[in-house]
Amino acid sequence: MLARRVIPCLDVDKGRVVKGTKFLNLTDEGDPAELAERYAHEGADEIVFLDITAAHERRGTMLEVVRRTASRAFVPLTVGGGVRSVDEMRDVLRAGADKVSFNTAAVAAPELLTACAERFGSQAVVCAIDARRLPREDGAEQHWEVVTHGGRRTTDLDAIEWAMKAVSMGAGELLVTSMDRDGTRSGFDTELLAQIATRVRVPVIASGGAAGPADFITAVRDGKADAVLAASIFHRRMFSIADVKAAMAGAGLPVRIAQEPVA
Amino acid sequence: MSGAVKVAVLDYGAANMVSITKALAAVGAEVSVAENAAGLAGVDAIVVPGVGAAASAMAHLSERGLRDPLLDWGRSGRPILGICLGFQIMFESSDEGDAETLGLLPGRTVGLVDAPTLPHIGWNSVNVVRQHPLLDGVPDGAYFYFVHSFAPVPADESVVLARTTHGRPFVSAVAKGQLYGVQFHPEKSSEAGLQVLSNFIGLVGGAV
Repeated sequence: MLARRVIPCLDVDKGRVVKGTKFLNLTDEGDPAELAERYAHEGADEIVFLDITAAHERRGTMLEVVRRTASRAFVPLTVGGGVRSVDEMRDVLRAGADKVSFNTAAVAAPELLTACAERFGSQAVVCAIDARRLPREDGAEQHWEVVTHGGRRTTDLDAIEWAMKAVSMGAGELLVTSMDRDGTRSGFDTELLAQIATRVRVPVIASGGAAGPADFITAVRDGKADAVLAASIFHRRMFSIADVKAAMAGAGLPVRIAQEPVA
Repeated sequence: MSGAVKVAVLDYGAANMVSITKALAAVGAEVSVAENAAGLAGVDAIVVPGVGAAASAMAHLSERGLRDPLLDWGRSGRPILGICLGFQIMFESSDEGDAETLGLLPGRTVGLVDAPTLPHIGWNSVNVVRQHPLLDGVPDGAYFYFVHSFAPVPADESVVLARTTHGRPFVSAVAKGQLYGVQFHPEKSSEAGLQVLSNFIGLVGGAV
């Protein structure tokens, strides 16, 4: 039975973990490799790095972060942010990452998903979708639109249609973030998640809105998510990964409970 | 034996070499990366990692002059650990691109049947069907990390050490003499994975 994954997400700026509010007021939270290693020991099923470094400063720094992390944290690593070509993806994978997540670049050029999937396999290609609820008219179905550039730009893409297209173009996994819920700690948008998860055959990672272990359970039960990602509740030590997994296990969900270290 | 067990990890393309080399080093092996046959000189064991497609993997092995040395190594009973695609290509052929593979073990690699999601990505439980030192210290049902859409079907059931279920059960670990293969990624499977790598190094150390 495939375990439901619990994934901490680290925002990385110029090689350091940062946290802030809506990309503002960033504070230094430490070394990404050290934090990733700690999470791996605590039972993280995967680590996601999101590179928020400005493009012109980016080159090389993230690769070094990935290399150092992969040398000491033996869990899957996903890198998102700033990868725009097959060659850039190759460099990230060779540094020790397992997957690369595409967001704005995939919206701008969906064929990038195809090119990367053909070269590295769809299992390594994650499409990150940031979605926002559209106002719903009486009696009509709820729709969500895709937003890019960290939510600063809207598109005319329907999030569910884009999800299906991204999979058909080569994405092997979808990381679905609700912009409405992100940072609000009001729970995941399970309606959005379920709409997507029931239409695609690839795994869906829920993101945006985690307040506590109960939200991880509803993301899986109601949102049909295969994995659940969160940042602030772990960084701020409101809950540990073990807390979340214990709650999920208690709810009857299959989770991996971390094993004792090899002597 | 004297000194650490020497392991060469085959580099035949886009595979992530960082994690597997560092994981082997973490369990005490002396690790080198072999890009060609010369890189196999003086080592005790070969690890064949792998992501990608079977046909292109075989082409890359041939281009780098690694295919025949690897076959000779396996046929002479020296230790090999195949991981994921490196495990699949130990068998005779693969449905993936209809590729002819190494044929060190009889059987064919086929697509996962009735899988609820594909690729099969994530942590899944490994159910031990035969006790073997490769899986010492690994509790039955322990979770390992998988990333694949294909899995081999050994013609010889006696090589099977473990199965995993995603849709239908598939073979997730085998051993035959000093030939070992796992469908999961031990280098990405945290402590359980390091345990299997440590066991492999122990088996090699006992054999050389």
